[in-house]
Formats: sequence, C-alpha cells, structure tokens
Amino acid sequence: MGSTDDVIRAGVEGLEAFDFGVTQHTTAPELGRARVAIVTTAGLRPDGVGVWTHGQGFAVLDASDRDFTLAHVSPNFDRVGVAADLNVVYPIDRLDELAASGVIGSVAPRHFSFMGAQPDHTLTTIRLDTGPAVAKMLRDDGVDVVVLTPV
Amino acid sequence: MSALANVLEAEGLATVGISLVRGQAVSGRAPRMLHCEFPLGRPLGRPGDASFQHRVLAAAFALLARDDVPVLVDFPERIDDEAGAPLACMLPPHHDPSQHPAAAEVMGLRAAYERTFAVTSRTNVCRSGGADRIADLVMAFVRIGDGAAHDDVGIEPQALGAAALDIRGYYEEAALSLVDHVPAARQAESWFYRQTLAGTALRRARAALAAAGVSRGIWFSFVPAGQPVADPSG
Repeated sequence: MGSTDDVIRAGVEGLEAFDFGVTQHTTAPELGRARVAIVTTAGLRPDGVGVWTHGQGFAVLDASDRDFTLAHVSPNFDRVGVAADLNVVYPIDRLDELAASGVIGSVAPRHFSFMGAQPDHTLTTIRLDTGPAVAKMLRDDGVDVVVLTPV
Repeated sequence: MSALANVLEAEGLATVGISLVRGQAVSGRAPRMLHCEFPLGRPLGRPGDASFQHRVLAAAFALLARDDVPVLVDFPERIDDEAGAPLACMLPPHHDPSQHPAAAEVMGLRAAYERTFAVTSRTNVCRSGGADRIADLVMAFVRIGDGAAHDDVGIEPQALGAAALDIRGYYEEAALSLVDHVPAARQAESWFYRQTLAGTALRRARAALAAAGVSRGIWFSFVPAGQPVADPSG
C-alpha cells in the first residue's frame, strides 16, 4: 500500500492539461549573473487573508516580506511544513543565501503567487492576461530566471 | 504551473519548475522541470533543512543549461509522508467542568499555539476570526455531527470549509510547540484527525453532511483524502 500522497497523486496524475502545442523556450543567462524570482502556485497572500479570492489572478510578494498566509483551497496537502518553514514552499531565504555567495546574480524585489488546482484547465485568464502581466512586471524588475514552485 | 512556465518563457524569461505530480509535469510540457517525489505541500523537501533545500535548488538550476526542452528530470531522493504514524503529542489539560470537552481541548492548546506564533510570526488561522473563535467553531462542527442542520450552527454554510481549515491550522500550529522537531509530512494531520476531539468533530460533521446529501462543496475541506471516514452514527 502506498502513502497517502501516492493515493492523492493517483487521483490527479491524469488531469487534463492545456496543450500549448510547442514548448516555449528562452535560453537562460549564466546563473551567476541572473536575477532570480519565485513564482509559486501555493496561493500565498501578503494581506492576512486566508481565502484565495483572486481566481486566476495573482498576489505580489515583496522580497522582504515573510508574513504570508497559505490561501490555497485544497485540504489535501501537508500544511505543517510551510507553517514551520516558509522556505519549503517559497525558498526566499535560500535565494538570498545564493545571491550572497555569488551563485546567482541577485534576487528579484518582487515575487508572485497564483493558486494551483484551478478548476478550468484551459487557464485562459492566466495564459492571456495575468500570466503575461506578471511576465511584464518581472521584466520591469530585471528578472532573467524564474523558479516555479507548487504546494 | 506548467502553463505559467510556458507563458513566462514565451515572454522572454527562463524558467525551471519543481514538480510534485509527475503525470502533470509530463502532460503540461513545461520547458524545464525537476520532479521531486516529496510530500505534497513540501516541494523543497525538508522544512528547516537549508542544506537539503539548497540541494534541490541546485538540481533545479542545473536544468537551466538545457535547451533540449521539454526537460523533465527526477530528483534522486524520495521522501514519503508519514500519515500512518501520527505525531505522539500530549494534549495539555484544561479542566473546566462548565465547558464541553472539545472546547476545553481547544483552550488547553492555546498556549502552545501562541508559542508557535511567537517563533514564526505567522499563522494560517485567519479565515474565521482568529484563534479566539476556534472553540466556538469546533462546537459548531460538534453540533453538525450530532445532527444539527449545517445552516443552523452560526456559520454561513459556504464558510464551513474555511472554518475547518482554521481549526486544523490551530491544532497543527500548536503541535509544532508540543514536540521538539518539525514533524514528518501528515504526522500532525493524523494526530489531529485521529486523536483529538476537534478532529473527530470534523470527521463526524463531514460524514453527517455527506450522508444527508449536502453538496460536496460544503464539506470537501473538512477532512483531507486519506484520513479515515467517520461513522455518521458514531
């Protein structure tokens, strides 16, 4: 018998994904010169609200902030890990350490949170509106590389 | 997450993602994904273990050099949840004969909850009025489990799921101060649902509403998949 997570994974492994046809691709710069941002689908919010009300929208996470709520709607994942250590979902302190040691060039001033497990797998708003809007904000901040984390 | 990766790459940003569900990483065809067979909720693997988290990030960043997209690489280590081994966690006593035992249980854990908050400066008990309301919320679920109508317990039916997450969060955050380590994934969850009166109340309420044919959207968040289903008559 597998773990609880194995059971849950089995239920979501085959969920339909939007087909982009061709995988998009941007060549990454040398990591030591890259500005890195985090985009997470954990549903983190910086405003103390514990319910995700942004739909396929996003929340802006200031790089200096650590006081986030985990507003993701699903009860089916471990919530104690992030309660104990935010970095297990949002590795902001790890990025700061990598920048300090020169492994990455710098850490972005802003990071972004969406909520995964969206009921509409076509993700039209993310693909055509909020995703490109976040991309522009990242480019405006001089970001080269994005680390994507789920929850 | 794969859709976001493709959108960002199309906009000129190089991405690397961490995957927790391999099938979704495959079907989403994100350009660069590191699949980690870690507990759901812990994509960096081990809370409080900076060295391990750096190893995960290093493996992810190594994929940035790959242009043969889509690339999906498996992290070589696996971490399983330990739902089958509930946290060994003593419930602090709170003796007040005027209180329902479930409400007294909540009060007994308050000091532990506050100790965790003092350390982390964060709480996820934020949907239903904060820690001061947890005892009342638990009693609402006790009443549902005892047969009360779910729309007659002082909580809007659509807010019951958020209330359940707050109760669970209160107990799980308190548990962090009752042990001397960060529990493995789902150990505190199993302690809450299997060994506390509040967890039992959520399971009974879920069973009662499901048996009564109430919409799944109302009770879906009460109990995670994998935890035992209560006998609604029990």
